Amino acid sequence: MTAIPQSGAYVNFYQEKRGFLSWLVTEDHKRIALLYFWAISVFFVVAFILGLIMRLELIAPGRTLLDPQTYNEVFTLHGVIMIFLFIIPGIPAIFGNFSLPMLIGAPDVAFPKLNLISWYLYVLGGILALSTLLYGEGPADTGWTFYAPYSVKTGTNVTVAVLAAFVLGFSSILTGVNFIVTMHQMRAPGMSWMKMPLFPWALYATAWIQVLATPVVGITLLMIVAERTLGIGLFDPALGGDPVLYQHLFWIYSHPAVYIMVLPAMGLVSELLPVFVKKSIFGYKVIVYSSLAIAFIGYFVWGHHMFTSGMSGPARIIFSVLTFLVAIPSAIKVFNWVSTLYKGSIEIRTPLLYALAFIFLFTIGGLTGLVVGALATDIHVHDTYFVVGHFHYVMFGGTGFAFFGAIHFYFPKIWGRMYNQKMANVAFSILFVGFNLVYFPMLVLGMMGMPRRYYDYLPEFTLPNQISTVGSWILAIGLILMITNLIRGRKGPKASSNPWGSVTLDWTHTQSPPTLYNFEKTPEIERGPYDYTDYEAYIKKNLQS
Amino acid sequence: MSGASNFVEGVDLAFYVILGISSFFLVGITAVMIYFVIRYRKSKNPKADTSITGSNKLELIWTIIPTILVLVMFYYGWAGFAPMRDVPDDAINVKAIARMWSWTFEYENGKKSDKLIVPKGKPVKLDLISVDVNHALYVPAFRIKEDVIPGRNNYMWFTANQFGSYDLMCAEYCGLRHAYMLTTVEVVGDDEWVEWMKTPEGESDLDKVAEGFNVIKMNGCVACHSSDGTKLVANSFKDIWGTERKVLVNGEEQTVIIDSEYIHESIYDPNVKVVVGYNPGLMPSYKGMLSESDVNLIIEYIKSLQQ
Ligand code: HEM
Ligand SMILES: [Cu+2]
Ligand SMILES: [Cu+2]
Repeated sequence: MTAIPQSGAYVNFYQEKRGFLSWLVTEDHKRIALLYFWAISVFFVVAFILGLIMRLELIAPGRTLLDPQTYNEVFTLHGVIMIFLFIIPGIPAIFGNFSLPMLIGAPDVAFPKLNLISWYLYVLGGILALSTLLYGEGPADTGWTFYAPYSVKTGTNVTVAVLAAFVLGFSSILTGVNFIVTMHQMRAPGMSWMKMPLFPWALYATAWIQVLATPVVGITLLMIVAERTLGIGLFDPALGGDPVLYQHLFWIYSHPAVYIMVLPAMGLVSELLPVFVKKSIFGYKVIVYSSLAIAFIGYFVWGHHMFTSGMSGPARIIFSVLTFLVAIPSAIKVFNWVSTLYKGSIEIRTPLLYALAFIFLFTIGGLTGLVVGALATDIHVHDTYFVVGHFHYVMFGGTGFAFFGAIHFYFPKIWGRMYNQKMANVAFSILFVGFNLVYFPMLVLGMMGMPRRYYDYLPEFTLPNQISTVGSWILAIGLILMITNLIRGRKGPKASSNPWGSVTLDWTHTQSPPTLYNFEKTPEIERGPYDYTDYEAYIKKNLQS
Repeated sequence: MSGASNFVEGVDLAFYVILGISSFFLVGITAVMIYFVIRYRKSKNPKADTSITGSNKLELIWTIIPTILVLVMFYYGWAGFAPMRDVPDDAINVKAIARMWSWTFEYENGKKSDKLIVPKGKPVKLDLISVDVNHALYVPAFRIKEDVIPGRNNYMWFTANQFGSYDLMCAEYCGLRHAYMLTTVEVVGDDEWVEWMKTPEGESDLDKVAEGFNVIKMNGCVACHSSDGTKLVANSFKDIWGTERKVLVNGEEQTVIIDSEYIHESIYDPNVKVVVGYNPGLMPSYKGMLSESDVNLIIEYIKSLQQ
């Protein structure tokens, strides 16, 4: 970064220390956020390309490009990277790290060294996952769920892939612990819990899931390793184990984990909307409580992933009811977001477009979730492309789009520059169209009865598959456009410290880019996080001081 | 009764109810969102009404109404599902045996088949047995699916209501050829079924031929090799067993007899011996894709095409 000449002693966090090494040993939450940003972006692009390859293979029945073994390894690696290296860490590790301390008026997170260790664990896990490409029988071919007994029997590098997920789990747990303590201990004076902004609140709910649920999957994955290497019969009936036990243990974590994936995105959207609508978020408290409710009820619904596994009828019924109940807090959030727009003074800028797209795509993801939550309909679409469409709408349409929106939102704060906003909107539109072209046909395919994880398909499934593949090219064009525009934006015009006119501390009380400890003096909390009455005067006042 | 099985009505009703309510909400939410963004854009509404921060009344409304609606959806989901667990006493028992990567069905009298043959209008119970890893038996037209898990006796049942042939697939990932673990359910008349059950198992040869054809169909062999004498990209399989061919080995002409050994080699190392008149490199090797037993099935099939 080039130095930003400013009067007086302003030294931003890039200038504080220089050199490659200073990054590798940094304890600054903003630098660690950027370390995550680069690592996660690389993994995302790799997994995205794997997605494109799968779509290309599926453009027509029969073999197009890959042999079936390679295809199976590709979708597994795609899933593993997207889940463990992109969606789960993505928003908390990057935008949580970057803005959580600033949003609550703190100089850093509670345990900066632990924060850095978490990053190294992340990188180690990522390298382990990718290393499976290089030796032995090739990367795991089990799907990201590692279902036993196949995962116990296959000759591919399941053991290392599972260990990678285990290490990544630790990274996630440590980040969670760090954030919980930070929010308990380091809020600026005057910031009561009910004055804390909603993104921190979402991270708080998420962190509890990370800390409480991740150990379960960690142990489960170690059990797979024990079974593979020591032959201890836990899951393989040939050794006296129970395959369904594995599924229970896996989903006890992995269902709450879907809220690790989506709650932070919801928090970001709650943060973005008021800034561009210039009025308070609608129903602040309700949004807080709904996050907590989701985090809580989310522990009790894992069985909906196993409606066809042979569970008893009553168990299926209970899991179905609870699943419907957990849908309600999400629905409430959607209604509150839409109501926030009412009587606002809405400026349609790029981050807002992503937030609105999030609401639309997440709503589709949520509503299709009702189809898989109901017993009769899930029996038909379980393990079909309907599910693939559903979770891409939630994870990519929801969390992915919120992630893109956050990049565009925090860009001027992170780099002190502004990207070309027209081009950003064009890229957004292409991404949005491409996204729906890729995934809507998948919902149709699932209703028609095409199972997932299929290398090849019957001729009647051809047309929707072709539309989806063409859509993936449009999606890719949108992504390339977005990325090049952002890279160019780092040389764009200088951004002011508060280009969007936000009233939260991260924008009102810090420079762009911020200084090492963010604030010159600990900010005092004078008003609620989304109070936009006379916001112009408020922003000006803080700028001068 | 409408639909290919007794469950179609209940399941599809649940689909209509859930997708209907969902579409209504999706359209409504999107329309309101777009309307607000246009109506309250900055140029039209320069000053936001910052006094609005929430409304308990609205929160209550949009908590209660969705709660009622999701309970309605749950009900239809449950109602369509409940009969699936309730097997009639007079159901015909069939063992559905799943292995990587094919299905076998074994009937009460010990008869076996690779297609599921059932009489129309009679309840059929499937006992789901896996000899290796997890699979799932899925018949989309019947709206039924249940995992087939080793060491666990899962079951499912249905009554087929219409004659015809319906796809039966594996829906739980089971490794290399998961996508090819396909067969069909054949719904036949009652008399026909009884007759079929009585005929001794068409001796396993016939099954092998059918399986062999399945193998070449599923691996795309049929794109280049016909079974009726038509020359496509390569020669037809018809009437070739035991005949002689002139082939080029490293540029030298030799004569071979088409036998088991030659067919094995042609599948695993297709470019070692190329029939005169064809270019090497056209056919890919199927090493790692076709097992020894697959190849033997193909050989049975090619033998069966002999006049
Ligand atoms: C935020 C972005 C994304 C996330 C989080 C994500 C996540 C996942 C996950 C978890 C799976 C399941 C893997 C498994 O079955 O084990 C999957 C499958 C799949 N993904 Fe993605 N993905 C993303 C983006 C993409 C993109 C960009 C494409 C294509 C252009 C794509 C295409 C596919 C396809 C075709 C499958 C199904 C493979 C199959 O069932 O055979 N995904 N994805
Ligand atoms: Cu779940
Ligand atoms: Cu399978």
